[in-house]
Amino acid sequence: MIGKKQFNAEAIAKRTLFLFAITGALILFLIVVFIFKEGLPIFNQINPVDFMLGGEWSPSKDVYGALPFIAATILITAGALMIAVPLGISCSVFLAEIAPKWARELVRPAIELLAGIPSIVYGLFALVVIVNTIEVSFDVPTGESILAGSLILAIMILPIIISISQDSIEAVPRAYKEGSYAMGATDTQTITRIVIPTATPGIVAGIILGMGRAIGETMAVVLVLGNVEKIPTNLLDQGEALTSVILLEMGEAAVGSPHYNALFALSMILFMIVFSLSSISNHIIAKRGLRPG
Amino acid sequence: MITANTADRLLKILLWASAFAIILVLFSIMGYVFLMGAGVMNLEFIFTTAKNNWKEGGIITAIEGTLIVVSIAVLFAAPIGIGAAIYLAEFTREGKTTKIIRLAADSLNAIPSIVFGLFGLTLFIHYLKDYTGGASLLSAGLTLSFMILPTIMRTSEVSIRTVPLQEKMGSYALGATKLQTVKNIVIPGALPGIFTGIILSLGRAAGETAPIVFMTALNPITPSSIFRGGNALTTTLYYLTSEGISINRAFGIALTLILIVLTLNYSARFVNNYLTRNQRR
Repeated sequence: MIGKKQFNAEAIAKRTLFLFAITGALILFLIVVFIFKEGLPIFNQINPVDFMLGGEWSPSKDVYGALPFIAATILITAGALMIAVPLGISCSVFLAEIAPKWARELVRPAIELLAGIPSIVYGLFALVVIVNTIEVSFDVPTGESILAGSLILAIMILPIIISISQDSIEAVPRAYKEGSYAMGATDTQTITRIVIPTATPGIVAGIILGMGRAIGETMAVVLVLGNVEKIPTNLLDQGEALTSVILLEMGEAAVGSPHYNALFALSMILFMIVFSLSSISNHIIAKRGLRPG
Repeated sequence: MITANTADRLLKILLWASAFAIILVLFSIMGYVFLMGAGVMNLEFIFTTAKNNWKEGGIITAIEGTLIVVSIAVLFAAPIGIGAAIYLAEFTREGKTTKIIRLAADSLNAIPSIVFGLFGLTLFIHYLKDYTGGASLLSAGLTLSFMILPTIMRTSEVSIRTVPLQEKMGSYALGATKLQTVKNIVIPGALPGIFTGIILSLGRAAGETAPIVFMTALNPITPSSIFRGGNALTTTLYYLTSEGISINRAFGIALTLILIVLTLNYSARFVNNYLTRNQRR
């Protein structure tokens, strides 16, 4: 009797906990269903290719082309990566290979702190400091630009790139390095020819995760891009990111209108890009047994 | 020609410089926010209600709103996240189901915050309006709970898995059931890590803007019920900045937010050390 009762209690507990465990999957499922349900109807009036490649977005004329936003998002993300990747990799090599204890104990918390600053605070800082600096140093009418967006995004994705790259570099077996030194290789040769190549998959995973963050970032970007609906052609041009349009126009779009559907279709694009990126990097991270970011 | 020795020295200079650059960036951001924020920071700014479209008075309504929203988020996400972690670590074997659960959590973690905002808008403001009150503190809190769920789940699972096997075996050897072992050995042992995870996700929730921007009000509202609208620090900061109402006061809010995040980060570390030390005794 007692045994049976215990068994029941355990079975009930297991069932309940299972329900908790699948809540995350359920939420993800609901998000996908809602976004697609509200987004897909726009393709009844525009075909998906025209939607993605159309250069004009004017809800008042019922014209929806997402290219200006896609272009701006790609440009700021590429710019951010060009700054954050070299800086991030060299900082993670520093932390994993050559930093004395005191330097590590100074830099690590600094990076954690950078990761903890709310994105809206980055946005405010970028608007007041970075935008003004660009205005003055390039002598342009406004510093709100692709460049400003790239710079602030670079700072924001550094922590994730560094933490995953550092883990990956630290996971390089000691024997590889010792073998290299034993052959008479210098520090530089060991780092550039043994350590970094071995750690490359992990570093790539970190970069991909950082890329996903940059594409999805909303608050910092909306404050510094200028939010002009045209395709940016150079670094000092203004632009409007995918996330920004959704944030700025959702309030005014009537529920169920084509404008509303078009905004959800933009979030479908965002979701699919970020979902693929995170799947790729999580696959690499899991395969290499690294700590997930 | 560059000798191997010079190359080594150059590389080391480069690596030190990159670390130095990151410290410099952190200090300039923090320093700037502290300097600008300190200019408006005083008791009136923290403890009174805003007047004249936030240009006068203080931000108490936004502080209260943020505290309420963040508490709702954690009250919802913590039990579910911890329960899920116990399931993953103690009640199942690795297989297809756990793979799906983990994949879902990782994906949820990667979804852009604005997409959570859209989802919350549709679910809580349009579909469940009768239950949530539409654009209310409850809707904002629930939306944030979805965002922090993966973090709580993962940090809890990691700390549950660090509970030594011998302690569990000891419990079983004394005739304890699985439930008794989980309740008396596993959860207490994992508590420091679970707490740390919760405190850190509190900080993250307090700093989010995009998910709750559609659910908070622009004008100052003293929170009266979770089914009514309210303010949050982040969305108020966004409103003051984007509408150009007052950059100085926006920095005051930024400083408040950073102080909250810093306090939470340090208390997480403190709580973790304190609980871990007490356990060893």
